[in-house]
Amino acid sequence: MSKTLGIYLMSGPETPELAAAAVEGGADLVELGFPFSDPLADGPVVRRAAEKALAQGMRTKACLECLAAVRELVDVPLVPMTYSSLLEAYGWERFAADAQAAGATSLIIADLPAEEKPELRRVQMVAPTSTDERLRLAADRTDGWLYLVTVTGTTGARHGLSNALAGLAERARTAAGDIPLYAGFGISTPDDARAAAELTDGVVVGSRALEVAEGGPKALHGYVRSLRDALDSA
Amino acid sequence: MASTYGSYGGRYVPETLIPALDELTAAWEEALADESYTAELDELARNYAGRPTPLTRAERFAPEKRLYLKREDLLHTGAHKLNNALGQVVLARRLGKRRIVAETGAGQHGVATATVCARFGLECVVYMGSEDMRRQAPNVERMGLLGAEVRPVEFGTKTLKEATSEAIRDWITNVETTHYLIGSCVGPAPYPAIVRELQAVIGREARAQVLEAEDRLPEAVIACVGGGSNAIGMFAGFLDDSEVELVGVEAAGAASLGTGRAGVLHGSRSSVLADEDGQIADAHSISAGLDYPGVGPEHAYLRDSGRARYVGTTDDEALAAFRRLTRTEGIIPALEPAHALARVDDVGGELIVVCLSGRGDKDLAEVLSHA
Repeated sequence: MSKTLGIYLMSGPETPELAAAAVEGGADLVELGFPFSDPLADGPVVRRAAEKALAQGMRTKACLECLAAVRELVDVPLVPMTYSSLLEAYGWERFAADAQAAGATSLIIADLPAEEKPELRRVQMVAPTSTDERLRLAADRTDGWLYLVTVTGTTGARHGLSNALAGLAERARTAAGDIPLYAGFGISTPDDARAAAELTDGVVVGSRALEVAEGGPKALHGYVRSLRDALDSA
Repeated sequence: MASTYGSYGGRYVPETLIPALDELTAAWEEALADESYTAELDELARNYAGRPTPLTRAERFAPEKRLYLKREDLLHTGAHKLNNALGQVVLARRLGKRRIVAETGAGQHGVATATVCARFGLECVVYMGSEDMRRQAPNVERMGLLGAEVRPVEFGTKTLKEATSEAIRDWITNVETTHYLIGSCVGPAPYPAIVRELQAVIGREARAQVLEAEDRLPEAVIACVGGGSNAIGMFAGFLDDSEVELVGVEAAGAASLGTGRAGVLHGSRSSVLADEDGQIADAHSISAGLDYPGVGPEHAYLRDSGRARYVGTTDDEALAAFRRLTRTEGIIPALEPAHALARVDDVGGELIVVCLSGRGDKDLAEVLSHA
């Protein structure tokens, strides 16, 4: 079965064109960052992108408009990824409803573990430190697929794929049954992507995609194509 | 143990940290029930830290009142921060953690943490905003002498907010070997409850001392509030005495309780300085220790319930109170408690206790530059 390729982009004026290029290059899913001033789960690349987006005025309303504009150009699942503070300010249910109305497929909230706000449907994240009990809780509550954080750490490229993923993927598989498992954090090269996809149902690439996207849609298209080819050759 | 305070508190952190917070909660509950833990802490407090700290009458500072100062400035390392650092390091040792990370604003928590790590031979990394390193250079040098590695944080406001985020990111990355020694009653549960309990010694002692000196309870206790740890420790001693007014004093430019809104910062829901989109705003204070856009969740709860009230002090008022205490009592306070001293004249009642949370050596350059 073909492996899923997710690409993370930060909301911004160029994002609709970038998302279209990523999908054209073979992305099956786009995560759309709604920037937060104090992103605890993010390394330097996403943090800089968030600072830039905020300086461009990408507040919640502008991000929702960006989401709707992306939705007009692509028909793959679109998942906003953000932090609790934005939902607290906007209203948790209102945020979920407005995101869905703008074309979102689900949500990811990086600082909201499974036991907080269980009524809010979202993609749950699990980590190498998660106990089996917590994996079951996350699998039980997740919306569509489970996000496997491959490292104990923040987002950003590493040298090679984390050794922790194999054990996590095996435990998550037991806990989650048929729910798709997509691995993210620290996956940046086609080799990383292929190795991660051998253990899971797909991968999400963030920091490296943001860096490549600085070079415009064409550069992003080529990079995503290289990831797609790697996944398809697995 | 409390993990929420009304609608405040909670654990708004990445999943990676949740098992460590569960482990910390269990270890803390076990330690509190273990006489050997409390005995070890008591012994350290007495013979290493210098507890109990005195309660000093400040007659010339406030001739119209009966004002007492709870002298946390006389504690080893010069501030109340050591109470928390000692308690958490002894806890970290029980958890088998050999590496400690901390954030610091004024540098007092960083110095306390570096001190305790030196005492117990633990590796110590302290994150500090580069702007704060400039303002609080003597404390940076002290931490270095004590063997800690001070890592400058160069992004955002380059102050306590970013230092805290960076310390949490370090903890996320090294959670299996590392204890995060948070310096105030903020952060995800169980931290606000742990820090409160470890600082509650201030209020317990102060209550007994004021009863001893005056044979009655004060009309009010006053403490400065940044994250709010000295205040919550002081308030803890008087919370059940409904006749005692509890007054928290924020920096006017960093009034998370006075002008903030409900929000999520550094792992808990509390009152924060944020815009209408939930983006955290910059705080501004002459005092690095109060220059923080968040506050402990229990303070937000005490504000809403009306049990405590929170007021502001400007930079200029704090500087004036700093000079006044220095000249009238021969005590050089830190700029943080100078904010609390500045409100003494406005608070009703005669008998008042102020938490003098730290000494002012670290602030001399800042104060002299405003002369």
